[in-house]
Amino acid sequence: MGAATEPFFRVDGVSKRYGGVLALEDASLPVTAGRIHAILGENGAGKSTLIKIMAGVVAPDEGRMTLDGRDLAFASPAEAQAAGIACIFQELSLIPDLSVADNVAIADPPRRWGMIDRRAQRLFAEEALARAGAADIHPRALVRDLALSRRQMVEIAKALARNPRILILDEATSALTAADVEKVFAVLKRLRDEGMALLYISHRMNEIAELADECSVFRNGRNVATYAAGTRSDAEVVEMMIGREISTVFPPKPSTPPDHPPALECRGLGWSDRLRDVSLTVRSGEVVGLGGLDGQGQRELLLALFGVLRGCRGDVRVRGARTVIDSPVRAKAAGTDMALIPEDRKTEGLMLPMSVGDNLSFAALDRLAHHGVVDRRAERAANDRAAALLAIRTAGFDIPVDALSGGNQQKVVIGKWLMREPGIILLNDPTRGIDVGTKQELYQLLRRLADGGAAILFYSTDYAELIGCCDRVLVMYDGGIRAEFAGEEITEHALVASALNIGNEAEVA
Amino acid sequence: MREWRFWLAEQRGTLMAVGIFATMFLIYISNHPAGLTANVVQTAANKGVLLAFVAMAQALIVITAGIDLSVGMTLVLTNCLASWIVVGAPLPTALGVAGVLLTGLACGALNGLLVIVGRLQPIVATIATGAIFFGIALLLRPFPGGSVNEDLADALTGKIFGVVPASLVALGAVILFVWIPFRRSALGRAAYAAGSSEAAAYMSGVPIRRGKFAAYLFSGLFAAMGGLFLTFFTYTGEAAYASGNAYTLFAIASVVLGGVSLYGGRGSAIGAVFGALAFRTIGDLLFVFDFEPLWQPLFQGVVLLLAVSLGALALVQVKNRLEWFR
Repeated sequence: MGAATEPFFRVDGVSKRYGGVLALEDASLPVTAGRIHAILGENGAGKSTLIKIMAGVVAPDEGRMTLDGRDLAFASPAEAQAAGIACIFQELSLIPDLSVADNVAIADPPRRWGMIDRRAQRLFAEEALARAGAADIHPRALVRDLALSRRQMVEIAKALARNPRILILDEATSALTAADVEKVFAVLKRLRDEGMALLYISHRMNEIAELADECSVFRNGRNVATYAAGTRSDAEVVEMMIGREISTVFPPKPSTPPDHPPALECRGLGWSDRLRDVSLTVRSGEVVGLGGLDGQGQRELLLALFGVLRGCRGDVRVRGARTVIDSPVRAKAAGTDMALIPEDRKTEGLMLPMSVGDNLSFAALDRLAHHGVVDRRAERAANDRAAALLAIRTAGFDIPVDALSGGNQQKVVIGKWLMREPGIILLNDPTRGIDVGTKQELYQLLRRLADGGAAILFYSTDYAELIGCCDRVLVMYDGGIRAEFAGEEITEHALVASALNIGNEAEVA
Repeated sequence: MREWRFWLAEQRGTLMAVGIFATMFLIYISNHPAGLTANVVQTAANKGVLLAFVAMAQALIVITAGIDLSVGMTLVLTNCLASWIVVGAPLPTALGVAGVLLTGLACGALNGLLVIVGRLQPIVATIATGAIFFGIALLLRPFPGGSVNEDLADALTGKIFGVVPASLVALGAVILFVWIPFRRSALGRAAYAAGSSEAAAYMSGVPIRRGKFAAYLFSGLFAAMGGLFLTFFTYTGEAAYASGNAYTLFAIASVVLGGVSLYGGRGSAIGAVFGALAFRTIGDLLFVFDFEPLWQPLFQGVVLLLAVSLGALALVQVKNRLEWFR
């Protein structure tokens, strides 16, 4: 282990705001050479913002960073890299049309006569790949042709090739195979012993237990604790990560779940390697939550049910009848009556430059048209009803939907689908980035729709929402359903523990 | 052992263009009454080289995920300029050639500044600059006319050792001494990276702006070389609106035929050159099969459609339908 124990890099009192949301508040982080420092926190705790600030991707609003006692400010990722900070992002930063060697050497390719020396670059890349334990990857392969796990290894090799002083790994093992993880861990430990400082962000407690020398827990944009690894139990860590009160008001749930027949069932649903053998049942009148960490297959599950994904395995039944849903058109057709409120309202939910009215009536145009011509009066009446039902605050139906606030935009997306009176409603994290007031209206609405006989499958990254809204919650991990909770069992501890896949130890608290 | 496979994968688009061109040219030659003679090759080369230069110019922009609707007008402008200044004794002629090439660089620089610094969309910016270039060309040559140093013109459009078309040699020299060094430089790589994934390139600390600007500069340069050759072939300058636009559109077609992805980041100017040669051969094919010239546009359209459809085959295998829209 390195002799230096004083932190050589510090983040001090850094804050960052996105619009009205405080993503990072007075956060501090000391970084010491020769240590692996794990950073923990829930979704949206501010970890990613902190990393982006350190990597020069976003500029902080307040606070400062110092390296060897000198103040630093990065105007671009290139400057952060020049200062010796390399970052492996969740969203990979590889260029798909270039070869592996091109990517590994991208920052400063070896040159001769002003041209890139391809032989030298190749040796450089081979060495970097070998250092990362990925010698199986051919330097000439195009990145776009590689599987996700291989790309992640290339990303690691690329970061190592820069010989950084600080290496930041943001969920860098999420797509790796078990064999790769083992190799990467060996590499990381060696780098630590060579004196590199590593920041390791992961949701996987077992990885952190194996790697980390010290840990910091983030919550609501603050660093709530920094402690030596192994000094806290998993239960305590989970406690620190949650540590907040559930202040939102949720509508009451029915005391006994309604005994309606299943509206939507699937058995053994699989797709590519992202969904594994998913079986679930949603009854009419029921709100079923989907939980788990980001990116464990929840989005793919909803897309598969809605007919967007090709080559799905398994069996889907709608109201008892086996149904093949092979397109969104089929999903919303009579008999299936399904609606999907997508994750990204700006790209998949709305046509931003078009008017509020056009957006609202879009999914139901077939019902509002006679012989192919839209009945403007019926459209207007339907829009009025939707706007009233959802309390959409807009200056009129003619203004572009772009001009509405995020919450009202989301109401338009939902209103658009409610106009078809769907029997099955799939929601993909519908409250992301909208204000508390609108959230509460949405919760009320979901319950009313369920009471009216709709079957609701509701993915949320906010545990409080799952607890407050859902009759049952299914927790996903690695493409499969890892746990199911109903009624009183739905607690934050249960959800967090099963999402992290750490079994029952955390539930004793 | 696997090396050649990677080479094949890298060059797939270019090789396909070479294949398409070779097939068409073979059919052309074997049906030509005179067969494979130096004169037949020379005529074909001179016709093809013009479009090849403009296609290279277009390819550079397309590689950065843009599109340049002003390349044809840069050609017209430099043609009109050349008909004024590439005249006289060797020294004035040489200065004239330099002036024409510098003008091409300036056209490219203007486009580059508008797109990179001004953040205008390439399609709109180049419609506007194309109109400006044509406007200047009209002022230079309200009526067709002018002249060019005929010794130089004849040397560059004739045959070397009585066999090899000089225009083809010039094109080859430009590829060898301008295109290949650019492609292999860090700047060239930055241009490809920006076209492939600008966000990833930015995160990786790649000098995106410089790379893209270099691509625009070279694009203007290649278009100006096209303008020079046009002057060498015709001995005059003409501000021909229809022909400028036709060159722009044919250049896009050549780029696509040449395996350069319109999404950016993939392909090579060499592919675009063969795309241009293939595109030009379509017209010649009609000639040897005694079709009326009236058939040419229709036939060109069909061939282009078939070639482009080959590239769309990959979409059939998409597993997540949302990827169709990305």
